[in-house]
Amino acid sequence: MIDVNVSIGTWPFRNLPCADMDVLLPKLGHHGIESVWLGNLEGLFHKDIAGVNARLADQCAMVNGVEALAFGSVNLTLPNWEEDVRRCDEIHGMRGIRLHPNYHGYTLDDPKFKVLLQNAAERNLIVQLAVTMEDERMMHPLMRVEHVDTTPLVEVLAGIPNARVMLLNAFRAIRGKAIDALVDTGQVDYDIAWLEGTSGIESIRKQIPVEHLLLGTHSPLFYYESSLLKLSESPLSDTELEAITTNNARALLA
Amino acid sequence: MEIWDGHCHISGYSGTPAERVEQMVALADLMGVARLCIFMGSTFQQDPTPEQLRKANDEILDALKAWSSRAFGFVYLNPKHLDISLAELERCVRKGPMVAIKLWVAQHCDTPEVDAIVERAITLDAPIFQHTWRKVSGNLPGESTAVELARLAARHPKATFICGHTGGDWEQGIRAIAPYGNVYADLGGGDPTAGFAEMAVRELGEDRILFGSDIPGRSYGSQLAKVYGARISDTAKAKIFTTNLKGILTPALARKGVAL
Ligand SMILES: [Zn+2]
Repeated sequence: MIDVNVSIGTWPFRNLPCADMDVLLPKLGHHGIESVWLGNLEGLFHKDIAGVNARLADQCAMVNGVEALAFGSVNLTLPNWEEDVRRCDEIHGMRGIRLHPNYHGYTLDDPKFKVLLQNAAERNLIVQLAVTMEDERMMHPLMRVEHVDTTPLVEVLAGIPNARVMLLNAFRAIRGKAIDALVDTGQVDYDIAWLEGTSGIESIRKQIPVEHLLLGTHSPLFYYESSLLKLSESPLSDTELEAITTNNARALLA
Repeated sequence: MEIWDGHCHISGYSGTPAERVEQMVALADLMGVARLCIFMGSTFQQDPTPEQLRKANDEILDALKAWSSRAFGFVYLNPKHLDISLAELERCVRKGPMVAIKLWVAQHCDTPEVDAIVERAITLDAPIFQHTWRKVSGNLPGESTAVELARLAARHPKATFICGHTGGDWEQGIRAIAPYGNVYADLGGGDPTAGFAEMAVRELGEDRILFGSDIPGRSYGSQLAKVYGARISDTAKAKIFTTNLKGILTPALARKGVAL
């Protein structure tokens, strides 16, 4: 299985055991996870994001037994952000990048976002975008962050037919018709970390084709087991299960 | 590990109350959950009128007729309609099959009207499940916090309280209820945020924590993960999943001749 939504690093408001590679790796082994797509939580907060990405790449390179794919952070409000994209690709050999527009302070109708998607598509980098990190009711009073408004994404993607975006933690903020509009683009994928409600996968696949759903856990902020248990909460064929847990992610890497 | 779910709703399904619980039981079987505590009706009313209260409780009574083997009922009350609420308590708990009380967001729980409900609950051995949430984004007008529940619990040391959602903002909720041994923490209904069960065990002890899911609004996966995924002992997990809830419901069940 491949988990596309994992981070390491420090979270300012809580001690998170699985943020530590030494705790995370045995957990992955225990649950039969063969590959993780890892971001660095420091990428949300640090301005020296090149340093954050370099440390992430180093840490991933040292991992044994599990494939740890580093997903570097890019902050479009920083000067010379294009260099971070270049380094993620050319220096670190990363397969993708992870965006946090709400923590970095831009919206998806920012022209730079479109430039980034074009750049990433040319480089064959997977683009992950975290819509939510925390329930808006539970945030630190000095750190209240809106969910990412994905409305402009539909139009942006229409202008770049070969671009694709994976939304992480999408389903607290994006529901109903907003999902339909994104699904219609055919260019958006979703992880199940924030999928709630009983038999959530069974419900959401009426709206989102299974080939666009991926296993993601939002570890270390969420208990690792949450998304894994969701897999057994919905009746899925072996093919569907393999698509969500492995094959959809593999296809994006190909 | 046997699992009792202390926090379930029959909203969000279709059909009669019994048919709704049938769907819940099918999922419970799939996820290894033995018993379900159900409360409030097929539609949620934040500030229910007397008619709405009776209807909600009638629906739970209907469901219990078919599913008493798997489900326990909590009577839904509104402190703003005190006489009706006490009558509902009489009808559904003293004379009926229900075993506990549910209070939601109609009125803050530290107001004097709630005292009358608590005093009656003590005579029935009925625990009181009070929804609590402290939202940085702003509470509903009548929505209680764990601090308010702690105040109520301090006034009624003989009553048993369940702090619904452990205050939502559980890092504050756990602190608020910690001094009051008659308040239990409900793990249900929030995100599966890592560290919740560990902090609860550390600060409250493993005997004061209850598994609840808040299905169907929440996923069994996300809710069970708070216990399965926690770095706590298997003994603590077993207590949270079954023993603690069984313990606080046993006196009310014994009054009805139900042996566990
Ligand atoms: Zn509830």
